[in-house]
Amino acid sequence: MSTTTTAPTTMAAIPPSQRNIARILALEARYEFLKLLRMPAYVIPTLAFPLVFYLLFGVALKQGPASTLHFPTYLIATYGAFGVMNAALFGLGVGLAVERGQGWLLFKRATPMPPLAPYLGKLAMCLLFGAIMVGWLFTLGATAGGVRLPLATWLSLAGVQIVGAVPFAAFGLAIGYWAGPNSAPAIINLISLPAAFGSGMWIPIQMMPGVVRKIAPFLPSYHFAQLALKTIGMDDRSQTVGRGVVVLAVFTLVSLAAAWIGWRRDEGKTFG
Amino acid sequence: MTMQRQIDDDRPLAELRGAVKKYGAVTALAGVDFAVQPGEVVALLGPNGAGKTTAVQLLLGLMRPSGGEVRLFGQDPRATASRVRVGAMLQVSKVPETLKVSEHVHLISSYYPHPLPAGEVMAAAGLLGLENRLFGKLSGGQRQRVLFALALCGDPDLLFLDEPTVGLDVEARRAFWSVIEGKAAEGRSVLLTTHYLEEADALADRIVLISHGRIVAEGTPAEIKARVVGRKIRCRTALTLAEASALPGVRAARREGELTEVFTNDADRAVRELLTRDPALSGLEVEGADLEEAFLALTGADSEEVAA
Repeated sequence: MSTTTTAPTTMAAIPPSQRNIARILALEARYEFLKLLRMPAYVIPTLAFPLVFYLLFGVALKQGPASTLHFPTYLIATYGAFGVMNAALFGLGVGLAVERGQGWLLFKRATPMPPLAPYLGKLAMCLLFGAIMVGWLFTLGATAGGVRLPLATWLSLAGVQIVGAVPFAAFGLAIGYWAGPNSAPAIINLISLPAAFGSGMWIPIQMMPGVVRKIAPFLPSYHFAQLALKTIGMDDRSQTVGRGVVVLAVFTLVSLAAAWIGWRRDEGKTFG
Repeated sequence: MTMQRQIDDDRPLAELRGAVKKYGAVTALAGVDFAVQPGEVVALLGPNGAGKTTAVQLLLGLMRPSGGEVRLFGQDPRATASRVRVGAMLQVSKVPETLKVSEHVHLISSYYPHPLPAGEVMAAAGLLGLENRLFGKLSGGQRQRVLFALALCGDPDLLFLDEPTVGLDVEARRAFWSVIEGKAAEGRSVLLTTHYLEEADALADRIVLISHGRIVAEGTPAEIKARVVGRKIRCRTALTLAEASALPGVRAARREGELTEVFTNDADRAVRELLTRDPALSGLEVEGADLEEAFLALTGADSEEVAA
């Protein structure tokens, strides 16, 4: 607290190289958050869809198919993962594609903004939206869904789900640099909906046809779902934690490389 | 508040030296030497596609020149030390629409070590009373003023205004000029690009005419206006181009299909001369020459004299 109250008085005296980078990043994240919060086209799909799906398939059908799996518990893990993945893909992918198309990012580059600020601000905002959605989903699960888990399990599940935003944020970054402002939402839906389905995010992977189960291990979203399911002991037991983490780490790096190439290509076309 | 700006010395604030910029096979700038001196308002005037925006983006370090050199405050334009002294109004089609005017100003100001107080930014850009309006709810003229406000946030020594009034109607354009001329620009150096001669004339101390990536003329607004042709006469005539362009009051002539186009600043006199020499002349029309045609005339036969 004391740092924030003394900051304004010392601001004027410090040289440009010592601008308060932490304050800039905090503002960037705050305004990214406000910007999206006021955008129903983002908020409703991000926050409401996973909750509605959960009510329909997790709560209403909880006594449904005869299975050893407790549906409401399984779907808490996978709808949470799905929601976080979508929040990251749309937040980064569409946000960047639109601001790039409008010339807004170019304007910001002409200011002395720290170069990574817009990306870090968007990432922070995605993590926050993911956390809010997970919080609501858990509340719904614990009440309407009748899900009972030890506190430590709730916390580790939430941790895996929220951190899981990072690889998909990186992928969103790549889409943001390769897709146009109008095509980005469609491209993301075309990728994320089949990927979520094929990864057992909507219907348990154990109940999927063999061909889907064979393809699933090639999907990063499957490994994300499995890591989340491991925390509640409901994964399909075919993957280790280490393998899931490695797959997602490689996916993150490949996505960042693709984003970087897209960024370079953008520079070449528009201003290089 | 009086603005006595600190000027290091007489070196230019922004400078292009032999700057060349190619996009693939297209040459946007073909070797341009150009500088903004401390305290002056310079207009880079030219038709669309002349290379004005390219020049601005080079000076802002948003792209690399294909050849030549770019300096901003004597150093690399990408250096943070240069960027904190510059404010830019670029051709941004939209700013994120779900943030308020004051929120945009708050964020952009945070990038600078010595930002102007938000109240001063709003007042200078004529945005008082609109602080809590979402950007998406603003009119076209108000949006341009927000972009202008964002350029002022860092209390810049040098302002770049890239086509600041494009898309505005005449009334909004004049209102915007008075904003630029007002307290906002006082003491600051300004580099403005425009394709309106009237705008360059209203705002600039010095006009640099650019066409097809080259500087074709440079001077005070009065000097430039004297050289640029204002009227175009179209007719069907037996006179050759050489005869037509040699007539008193005529600056240049060209063939356009079957028609001859004659450029002049004194249409009454030129028409009389044309009719005297060619009584069989027909299909006479007089209209205002657009900037592109004014340039054609300038860069035509007598370009040696004009470019001097």
